[in-house]
Amino acid sequence: MRESLGTTGLILNEPLLWEKGRKGRCGFSLPRRDVESSPLSPELTGEGPDFPDLSEVDVVRHYTRLSQWNFGVDTGMYPLGSCTMKYSPKSNERQASLPGFSGAHPLLPASLSQGVLRLMFELEQYLAEITGMDATTLQPAAGAHGELTGMLLIHAYHKSKGVLRSKIIVPDTAHGTNPASAALCGYRPVPVKSNEQGILPVEAIAEVMDEETAGIMVTNPNTLGLFEENIQEIAEIVHAKGGLVYCDGANMNAVMGIVQMGKTGIDIIHLNLHKTFSTPHGGGGPGSGPVCVKKHLEPFLPVPRVVVENGKYALSENYPQSVGKLQAFHGNVGVIIKAYCYIRSMGPKNLKKASQLAVLNANYIKEMLKGTLDLPYDRPCMHECVFSDKHQRPAKVLTLDMAKRLMDYGFHPPTVYFPLVVQGAIMIEPTETESKEDLDQFIEAFKAIANEAKENPGLLHEAPKKCKVKRLDEVTAARKPCLAG
Amino acid sequence: MLYLPHTTEDIASMLQAVGVDDLDGLFSTVPEDCRCKGDLNLPEAMTEWELNEHMQALSDSMAVSPEYKVFMGAGSYEHFIPASVLYLLSRSEFVTSYTPYQPEMSQGTLQAIYEYQTLAARLLGMEIATASHYDGATALAESLLMAIRVTKRSKVAVSSLIHPLYRRVVRTYFEPTGYEVVELGYLKSGVTDLTGFDEMEDLAAVAVQSPNFFGCVEDLQAIGERAHDKEALFIASFTEALSYGLLKNPGSQGADVVCGEGQSLGIPRSFGGPQLGILASRKIYMRSLPGRLVGQTKDLDGKRGFVLTLATREQHIRREKATSNICTNNSLCALAAATYMASLGGTGIRELARLNHDKAEYLKNELKKAGFTISFDSPTFNEFVVEFPKGFEANYGRLLEKKIIAGLSLAPYYPELVNHYLLCVTETRSKEDMDSLVREVKS
Repeated sequence: MRESLGTTGLILNEPLLWEKGRKGRCGFSLPRRDVESSPLSPELTGEGPDFPDLSEVDVVRHYTRLSQWNFGVDTGMYPLGSCTMKYSPKSNERQASLPGFSGAHPLLPASLSQGVLRLMFELEQYLAEITGMDATTLQPAAGAHGELTGMLLIHAYHKSKGVLRSKIIVPDTAHGTNPASAALCGYRPVPVKSNEQGILPVEAIAEVMDEETAGIMVTNPNTLGLFEENIQEIAEIVHAKGGLVYCDGANMNAVMGIVQMGKTGIDIIHLNLHKTFSTPHGGGGPGSGPVCVKKHLEPFLPVPRVVVENGKYALSENYPQSVGKLQAFHGNVGVIIKAYCYIRSMGPKNLKKASQLAVLNANYIKEMLKGTLDLPYDRPCMHECVFSDKHQRPAKVLTLDMAKRLMDYGFHPPTVYFPLVVQGAIMIEPTETESKEDLDQFIEAFKAIANEAKENPGLLHEAPKKCKVKRLDEVTAARKPCLAG
Repeated sequence: MLYLPHTTEDIASMLQAVGVDDLDGLFSTVPEDCRCKGDLNLPEAMTEWELNEHMQALSDSMAVSPEYKVFMGAGSYEHFIPASVLYLLSRSEFVTSYTPYQPEMSQGTLQAIYEYQTLAARLLGMEIATASHYDGATALAESLLMAIRVTKRSKVAVSSLIHPLYRRVVRTYFEPTGYEVVELGYLKSGVTDLTGFDEMEDLAAVAVQSPNFFGCVEDLQAIGERAHDKEALFIASFTEALSYGLLKNPGSQGADVVCGEGQSLGIPRSFGGPQLGILASRKIYMRSLPGRLVGQTKDLDGKRGFVLTLATREQHIRREKATSNICTNNSLCALAAATYMASLGGTGIRELARLNHDKAEYLKNELKKAGFTISFDSPTFNEFVVEFPKGFEANYGRLLEKKIIAGLSLAPYYPELVNHYLLCVTETRSKEDMDSLVREVKS
């Protein structure tokens, strides 16, 4: 075996911000005062916040040290399932920080914002083309926000027909946020089980679909990494009873240029620009969750919408049936710009290639590890594959132990214990930006860990050993929360 | 393609391992009639250098500072951002990581968010703050929904001087729920009018913004007491976080929940997003809060460390019974705010906030001297409303040509306020900029 990636190097301890500093320091070049001081009643002024005073060097060292305790895609392979941790191109960061974009006020007259409006208009069209849908809104701030938008669209659609429905079908292979998004719109989620092949059986949908049901939320490809082969028939059943089909498109990275999602019978799909379209995940956000719809739902999309009038781009509020606004302004434009740049750099051929290679990488890992780990659904997968800890459980080694041990080998663990349909799930999504050598090293590491599980399980129970901290006491953290210092 | 590392040989050997003949063979489970026929209809790939040129041209068409003198705030503020803040934000260990599900490998993000929560809570005078939300508007909507959960009542009262776009987001969130939103009017002095408030029954919350959309400072203490008399939660909203460097914070005036926009704290305007939704509350509401929280704990050796905590409130555990569907925070924006607040420090933020106030007062006085009416006489921070003469609209257009943006017309939001403009002055506007604005609006 090659030398393991994981090693230890010198990283430095660093106290909390307010444990450092001296009163009177400042890390900010205070602007020149060119006006007189103007009095403000002491009744209105407070004492000012109790912040530590730090120099610029204090601040820069503090956050540089903190950053070194973190692991990102730029550090190494980050195969977190359903999160699409692909490489984020640096060129896109540069473009989004161009002064014309980063400095733009959102309420400027349209005549002074043509560049960004054009970019948004074009991206809406690109996303509609990639999904095979008719219209797009870029306003939702994240994937779950896109789901909420989708539920609001369904609600508005039924309301326009004069009937309000009370339920929505959510399969067990859907993303975890789906039921909560539906509940926010007053819908009661109706659970449906996937079959032994890991996909939705037509009959199960037919059984629960009725005229009280607003529609279905399908994650496709689903969280087992499988394509919902029966999606067209399912859509027909839902439509026949007047319902709508919402597709959670978080896993779109598997099918760009391959599947025309619009042809699968869906009415609405959300995308995660921070997954499929390479924008960085930022330690948990900001993301962006555009929603694409078929023609019959376009009147309900959030406002304002970007339109073209006499060859000029403008923002229009003239959509009386719109669900309204999802955030104060026009969406996470800083993120949207990066996704636009990604699509422009890739072009149609490379987008398709990216999906093909993402699926190739996942199937390669599946084939190479299936003797080592239990593979509950042994079928061709899409962008991710799901194993379990069944083979290791007898030696009292669980998914969590293997995940933690992977850190010592220099890899970020996969998604664990999700989806819930697989006990002790290990959900691996390598993405297309990992090379064969990287995958081979990951596979070797996992095999070595499985071997350790047999021969020296203590190594796994004590893992990780090479990180800044050892396993943390999450129980006490929740029982006696300390949320601020 | 520089982001796709596979060579032809790699692909061939991997296909062999998988047991399919070609890349198309990987998609055997996709029904034939769902497939794309031919290539996507998208523009051909650009090189990095072509993209640079294309994006530069788009960027150049935008009206931004310093070429344009923008006197517009209204929820998106121009403040100086130190190079050190932007530099730290580009550290790829922060940028390219995800939600810190694996705390041992994410202590950087976790400690940074814990520190952000602490600084945000201190800024607002509250006990705790969440790891952040999408923006000020969604933070308000989620705060109101939380008040409904906490009080088990179904009506909220919202000041009409809360940012109009925030109120629209609230209406969007509330539309399918059946909960009621009533709006409180405003007084001639430019603050919220509580007339009729006593007749309102069963309120879950009263929400007021300060400084409000007209820039006026509200008497939070008095409104809070009225809200508490009715056993409703008192929610204080804000769009200009920097104001609390100078003004009395909402926590010291009885707020139960404080929510608003943190874009002023080191985050570029970026045409309105991403921004930073700040949400803080009293500790008793900790388990009802929507969104992520980071807490301090210890590792096996007793060393201090940080984890995501109280996840049992969240969607991935509680599913439809969760306190919210939110599954992210705007982590990188929270990091920006933390580095910015750390750079300013307690002394710096005070001075910077005072400068914002003083500059806005200067412009206010110069406009008064020039014969314009300041619409409301309540104290303000860095925004205020001025009434320009009838027909100013044409003049506004002429000023645009001179690269001066003379504030935001209020008529689209408050039809009764024709010719009233909301002006904003931050530390980025010099005395000269303001003098030339006054000269130009006079002519």
